[in-house]
Amino acid sequence: MKFDPFIIPFNIGLYFIIIYVVARSVIWFHDLSRPDKLRLQRGFFGIPFALSLKEIFMESLIHRKILKTNLRLGYMHMSLAFGWFLLIFFGTIEADIFGTKHLNAPYKAIFFRFFNPEHGRIGFEATYGFLMDLILAFILSGLLLAVIKRFYSRVVGMKKTTRLKITDRIALTSLWLIFPSRLLAESFTCGAHGTGSFLTGSLGAWLASFLPAQQIAYPFWWLYSISLGTFFILLPISRYMHIPTELFLIFMRNSGIKTGDKAGTYSEVQTYSCSSCGICIDACQLNFSAGITNIQSAYLMKAIRNNDDVSEIVDNCLMCGRCDQKCPVGIELSPIRMIQRRGGEAENDIRNIYNGYFRSRQINIPEKVISSSNYSFLQESDPQKADILYFAGCMTHLTPAIKNSMIKILEASGVKYNFIDEQGGVCCGRPLMLAGQDKEARELINYNSQMIWKSGAHTLVTSCPICYKVFKESYYLDVEVLHHTQFIKKLIDEGSVKMNFLRKKVVYHSPCDLGRGSGVYDEPTEVLNHVSRLEKSDFEDENSLCCGGSLANMKISSQKRKKIALDAATELTKNNPDILATACPLCKKTFAAVTETRVADISEIVAEALIEKPIKINSGSHANSIKELANI
Amino acid sequence: MDKFGFTISAGRQIDYDSNNRRLAEYIFEKEPSFRLCIECGGCSATCTTANFTGFSLRELHILIKRGENDQVRQNLNKCMLCGKCTLVCPRGVNTRNIVVLAKNAFQKSDEYEI
Repeated sequence: MKFDPFIIPFNIGLYFIIIYVVARSVIWFHDLSRPDKLRLQRGFFGIPFALSLKEIFMESLIHRKILKTNLRLGYMHMSLAFGWFLLIFFGTIEADIFGTKHLNAPYKAIFFRFFNPEHGRIGFEATYGFLMDLILAFILSGLLLAVIKRFYSRVVGMKKTTRLKITDRIALTSLWLIFPSRLLAESFTCGAHGTGSFLTGSLGAWLASFLPAQQIAYPFWWLYSISLGTFFILLPISRYMHIPTELFLIFMRNSGIKTGDKAGTYSEVQTYSCSSCGICIDACQLNFSAGITNIQSAYLMKAIRNNDDVSEIVDNCLMCGRCDQKCPVGIELSPIRMIQRRGGEAENDIRNIYNGYFRSRQINIPEKVISSSNYSFLQESDPQKADILYFAGCMTHLTPAIKNSMIKILEASGVKYNFIDEQGGVCCGRPLMLAGQDKEARELINYNSQMIWKSGAHTLVTSCPICYKVFKESYYLDVEVLHHTQFIKKLIDEGSVKMNFLRKKVVYHSPCDLGRGSGVYDEPTEVLNHVSRLEKSDFEDENSLCCGGSLANMKISSQKRKKIALDAATELTKNNPDILATACPLCKKTFAAVTETRVADISEIVAEALIEKPIKINSGSHANSIKELANI
Repeated sequence: MDKFGFTISAGRQIDYDSNNRRLAEYIFEKEPSFRLCIECGGCSATCTTANFTGFSLRELHILIKRGENDQVRQNLNKCMLCGKCTLVCPRGVNTRNIVVLAKNAFQKSDEYEI
């Protein structure tokens, strides 16, 4: 038998999806900026290519990262992806070796059993049949988990599973139907001919014992073909588009393309690479502490894909970056959210099927109408010359203990410094950026930059991670920017300050903008280890919690903020530490309101442990006045 | 007519009939905590901007509630959104969102006539 009409749905689906993916890739490549095109070309003919292949194997097929996070969920994804890949791979080989001729059309491999029902009775053929059955059993075990997960997500260790839209549901159903219908179709055919291995063979023999196997098999082959065809045709407008897109994403990422500030091909590819696996939902504190379950990154990606109004979703996020760290696909979720914040409200496109398949190529979100400058009241300042600038930041002015401790440490170290915003400075600009108002932020950045430049300093120390992040990333300064924990670490290493060892149990809370945001994990813990007994917590480094006070979330109510803070503080103080240490004034303020444990910034603990030596007289008169202030 | 050196000061009464309360209603709807404000002035006391210029969030809150939007429009963009006001607020008013909402409303004002 060479041909049968039941293969038509499959063939239509397959050729459609191949042509579609090629067309889409061409459009994406075409829309890349010129440097990114070059990057991608260079990446394609070099080491990044090998890295990408390895990553595709490890992540897209084996799903290593999901396995690491959650074994059962990982197994589910692996069995479906890797299993299906193996089934196609070995199926093609099987059709090639045992088929009538070499280089067959794809349907010959997929429906091999239908066209070769007598195949696999003895010897090598039977062994090969066993392998194919094993792979099918592997997929079916994963499918069983997937079906259970949809109804009882806790079985696979997930608290929440993603809510789906209608096309996703149809695609999901057709995906679920593919493998059982293959199993039944093969079993009936095998049962009728007395062939097949342990799975299809035994099931087929049993079914054939009381059913007319030969007649029933044919409808199941149709079902198998139709489910495959439906799945392929719905793929571009459902979340399963991530299957082809993820490959593209991996190549782009390994070629060194970055998300940037504006929407473009890369952010679109990332949006389509989200498989809605729901790991970000479980990681989100707004979900498990505050009970807000519709704004997580998976939903944001889905809303962007569907051209929905995202204004409610984008602003309701702490930007703590926990989902970024957990995302198994490695989508840069926070930068994509920032792009959406920067944009004005997108005009709602007319949503029809065609737009689902081919998005309008005006992917750029309309720019916000920015009102003219309003910070003209800021007068040019003339700061004193100094080597080291100390910028406390707005939040630190609300927690004077941190400010005073830093002054004490700076005095003790004997460096020539200038407390640049002693009388209250200008905001660093990050809060405006987080609200999507970059142009206004730029005004403040220019003002601060000029002040820093005029002072002629080589180092800028700040107490606030929010300021630290923006000084590092968005200021173009010729100074070394240090968070005060890094600065203290440096002082300790140089031997400029000496301190006692405090016999206190300390647990460290890593602030979002310092840890995940800027990658400063080691210095704070090293300093704490130097002066106190640092205890481990369940939420360290990349996995650390957000205090809930984040300036990034404009929408959340103060009650929910409190709930997040309370949950986080309870987790951190589980082992009754003497001090809950943090490195951020905002975290300190948020935690102090909800816990009995003493909350202190690292600078406070260091200042407490400091051995005050006879202070070297500073040359400037300014320093003396600071000293007086510190003694008050 | 001779000028005697006296002036007549502008009327100080609040005329709710002529004032436009749509901005206030828009903010009440989007940020219900706006209603909790007791006008204690904590926000104005801690304000980063107020340190440099005459800017009072408390005053703006009152003006928005009265519907005297012109003055709000002139001053609103001085805010740096640093968020200190939200932290000090004893009533848990999400002051930062109120500023953002008002800014957005003014941007849309051509269409909606707020």
